[in-house]
Amino acid sequence: MSGAIERQLHIIDFTVSSLLRRKGKNGALLTVYTLIVFILASVMFFTHAVKREAALVLRESPEIIVQRTLTGRYQPIPISYVESIGEIRGVISARPRLWGYYYDANFLANYTLVVPADQQPEAGTIDIGSGISRVREAFRGDTIGFTGHDGKPFAFVVNRVLEEESRLLTADLILMREADYRAFSGIPPGYATDLVLKVRNPREYTTIAEKIVKLHPDTRPIVRDEILRTYDALFGWRSGLVIVIFGAAVLAFVIFAWDKATGLSSEEKKEIGILKAVGWETSDVLLMKFWEGLAVSLTAFLAGVILGYCHVFFTSAALFAPVIKGWSTLYPDFRLVPFIDLADLVTLFFFTVVPYTVTTIVPSWRAATIDPDSVMR
Amino acid sequence: MAPRNSALYLGGTAGLLALLAGLLTGSGLAVADARDELSRNARLVRELELTDLCIFTEAAYTRHPAVTDLATAFQDAPASFEHFPSGALVGPPAHLTGNHVGSH
Repeated sequence: MSGAIERQLHIIDFTVSSLLRRKGKNGALLTVYTLIVFILASVMFFTHAVKREAALVLRESPEIIVQRTLTGRYQPIPISYVESIGEIRGVISARPRLWGYYYDANFLANYTLVVPADQQPEAGTIDIGSGISRVREAFRGDTIGFTGHDGKPFAFVVNRVLEEESRLLTADLILMREADYRAFSGIPPGYATDLVLKVRNPREYTTIAEKIVKLHPDTRPIVRDEILRTYDALFGWRSGLVIVIFGAAVLAFVIFAWDKATGLSSEEKKEIGILKAVGWETSDVLLMKFWEGLAVSLTAFLAGVILGYCHVFFTSAALFAPVIKGWSTLYPDFRLVPFIDLADLVTLFFFTVVPYTVTTIVPSWRAATIDPDSVMR
Repeated sequence: MAPRNSALYLGGTAGLLALLAGLLTGSGLAVADARDELSRNARLVRELELTDLCIFTEAAYTRHPAVTDLATAFQDAPASFEHFPSGALVGPPAHLTGNHVGSH
């Protein structure tokens, strides 16, 4: 047993020396390899954490939302719809919801205005998200000015800044009293942005949605299941973020594999020839090449995954920030809860470590089975 | 005596493995710690009737993809292409690609 271990250790000794002899080439290879794994792992950690967090917090989102559309666009919905929709069997309650957007031309930022169902702020006061507080340097007691729909100035006193821990939901929110919102946004009395429904039995979502459309053909119901599936789709494999990065990584691996599979350098062939000439078996050469492939790919995998983890969860995915930010001025400085999917990690391992190790062994096997004399010539 | 190359390699790999194991264990603990925070955020979603995470604030349809209409992201003019960077980053929301109730 100890003899077998000692043999492996000697082969690893030789493999590491061999890698160190071509320090520059192998160092560059390891760096690029680690970078590819780092980017893949970062995307994997980021998208999984966002999807899990969305699934956990949005499970409390409205059960059914009813919008009104005209020529494919949202329109304010008449509050009178509440009565007829509320009478549909299975609907516990229906209530109008008021919310909308405001573009702050001074700070070039978009805000989301929301009128809470309960505990609305006092007249003339607002609650603001931590992102708005940061961008506008506004805190409790400060006055913020906005321009209303009719061009008139509105001033609101900040009642409170919403908790930092909810920034992934509320960074751009402004909570406002209903009367203030109607005066500010111009949405007429008798209309709301959309309707929110509570339903007795989740299995009836689709049936109720169909009944709503039958009753009011100009409406579009959105059920909670669709909301919950949204973030899976948004950050799924079809998303631009994942496709572009994974596509680039696959191409990089194809280049690696191509380089390895199309043959060894003359120096490597000479090395194999000498080893065979001094008595190494073909199996010893293959073992050495296995350790060589594993040394590079496993080190790159471990280093890349560790760096990816630190990037996403310790620096709030700082390298992705410019991409995700786009043209947004208001960007939530979110720290994601480190949800890890071990199955994803195992998949990444098999896609990064195994192919490289295999493509390292195959051409060496060809070289190792040829007569040493002809390989060295 | 200088350490053997195999000892250096195996030691380094073991160190990296231990670091990764530590991070994964730490992530489990962090998730457990965040349970209360996530519950509070879920309660906030219920109270404010929220539908989306605040990730992309540049366009309405990427700020609230869960309730975006069926004409996005080509809504600004006939034949106008998607032009917000975040719109190109994310995949289409479920209700835009699957079967949905209504024709709007």
